[in-house]
Amino acid sequence: MSKISGIAASAGIAVARAFILEHPDYTITKTAVSDVEAELVKLQDALDKSKGELQAIKERTLAELGEKKAEIFESHLLILEDPELISPVMDKIREEAVNADYALNEVASQFVSMFENMKSAYLQERAADMRDVTKRVLNHLLGIHYISPAEISEEVIVIAQDLTPSDTAQLNRNFVKGFTTNIGGRTSHSAIMARSLEIPAVVGTKNVLSLVKAGDLVIVDGLSGDVLINPSEAEVAEYKTKQEAYDLQIAEWKKLRDEATVSADGKHVELAANIGTPNDVTGVIENGGEGVGLYRTEFLYMGRDKLPSEEVQYNAYRTVLENMKGKPVVVRTLDIGGDKELPYLELPKEMNPFLGFRAIRLCLDRQDIFRTQLRALLRASAHGDLRIMFPMIATLGEFRAARDLLLEEKAKLREEGKEVSDNIQLGIMVEIPSTAVLADQFAKEVDFFSIGTNDLIQYTMAADRMNEQVSYLYQPYNPAILRLVKIVIDAAHAEGKWTGMCGEMAGDSTAIPLLLGLGLDEFSMSATSILPARSQISKLSAAEMKEMAAKALQLGTAEEVAALVQSSVK
Amino acid sequence: MQKTFKIVDEDGIHARPATALVNTATKFKGTEAFAEAKGKKVTLKSILGVLSLGLEAGDTLTLITEGAEEAEALSALQDVMVKEGLGEINE
Repeated sequence: MSKISGIAASAGIAVARAFILEHPDYTITKTAVSDVEAELVKLQDALDKSKGELQAIKERTLAELGEKKAEIFESHLLILEDPELISPVMDKIREEAVNADYALNEVASQFVSMFENMKSAYLQERAADMRDVTKRVLNHLLGIHYISPAEISEEVIVIAQDLTPSDTAQLNRNFVKGFTTNIGGRTSHSAIMARSLEIPAVVGTKNVLSLVKAGDLVIVDGLSGDVLINPSEAEVAEYKTKQEAYDLQIAEWKKLRDEATVSADGKHVELAANIGTPNDVTGVIENGGEGVGLYRTEFLYMGRDKLPSEEVQYNAYRTVLENMKGKPVVVRTLDIGGDKELPYLELPKEMNPFLGFRAIRLCLDRQDIFRTQLRALLRASAHGDLRIMFPMIATLGEFRAARDLLLEEKAKLREEGKEVSDNIQLGIMVEIPSTAVLADQFAKEVDFFSIGTNDLIQYTMAADRMNEQVSYLYQPYNPAILRLVKIVIDAAHAEGKWTGMCGEMAGDSTAIPLLLGLGLDEFSMSATSILPARSQISKLSAAEMKEMAAKALQLGTAEEVAALVQSSVK
Repeated sequence: MQKTFKIVDEDGIHARPATALVNTATKFKGTEAFAEAKGKKVTLKSILGVLSLGLEAGDTLTLITEGAEEAEALSALQDVMVKEGLGEINE
């Protein structure tokens, strides 16, 4: 038995015999041809056959996986019709009197290296598309009969150097139980396809192809990224159990996707997702998110050399709101500075960045930056249920100053004749202990609170969460933290407002029973945690959790709290 | 005729919008269509040409049409740019 690790690209576990998917030998030799016209006909014939195949793959993908996944084959078809590719190939055949496969390969290689040398990672990956299309035509020119993955007719795990988009599209879900490759990453085509086909996959193992022989028994663990080759009977049994448990759980979670989140005794809470870019919305919807509880806008500002314009921001916010189709979207205004740097702002280095010039502190000082973001948000508000929250609020004065800027920009936009929603909820992040303690006063003026636990814990415990030596002080279950959370929730409820939580704690299975008991209204977490959390909450009684939380608040240590939860929730 | 755009999509011009631009340009048989950016001019009837520009967010792109239906072609291409969320018009 041997075990190797790669990148877990698509969740699930598969146990089956190996099918080695090897691409044929494309060694091409330059030969002189006497009949140039015949060579051109041969090229045209190969192009036509390839287009026919692509058309068929495109249609099958369209039917099975939808329009988005089929688009790639539409691009491949366009490449085969591209005059920039075909004309130079034909010229080469004519002028140099060479074989069609040589001419095609020469011209296509130039495009492959052009893509490989591009700055953007996305365009670099297009080199794979170029190779894929070229090989398809070469198969016909070279008379290669390539056994495609579509012809697999028994349960297998496909082992390959890499899988091309057309390889992946041809995988038959009934027979291909999983796959593993030498190269690739989480965002390579094969990984994305695997996730939409729901086939477990581990990519980027570097050497699986050289370790596995056809017919070897292989286990692919797409949860951990492990690949086991010729495992023992005990291991097979262990993984089969793991696989069954996972499949059962997935089936159970899926049933909950379009359900509301309701506790066993009928209390409704909202499960939302944290996102960083508009592209993340797909995951929120697929995982049954009831809203976006935290849209981190920092990503719009990072990885570029100047501030994003109002238009760029407006488009991003609008896209998120539109794609969430009327569900609430809580956008956090810029939380930058301190450890999250923006080189183009040229902020001075600080001794203690977490306690320094960051987030709302910076925005209230650099109003040019803040007003641009507020305008973009206000304009986007016409396209959905927008909620705005300010990060790192320490005093009521800061909140009022930020709110006033928002109201000023709103009035200006109205004067300019722009549409702005009248129902934008305005809230704050509660991550500084002073704000948690004074929540009753804040609750009179804000529409909601969202507790940011990562920072709230580090500020309450005075422990830098980046410092390994004090990491033991990162204690979400410490009764001190729970008491602060309770103060905030009770203060909001007393004023008829709601409280959410958008830190790691909101998706933590030990914290969830406590938070439900403390009366938290909204839990915002990574999208993939939503269905497990919904499943967990559906089995909990909110009334019992309330009693348990009351006991937890009277305990002395985080360990005692964790033990209480373990013994109360079975 | 020509029009200049600024690429706002975070991903720049990637395969799907490039495909849409090429398909649209190809519809106008008697009209030439070009894309010019970063000092390079390519035919809009070639997906490899369009992708070879390596356009990213923030870049400026000029679409040029010449021929019988240049106005119609340019307006159709502009529609694609807007519909795909690609660029704001850079006056």
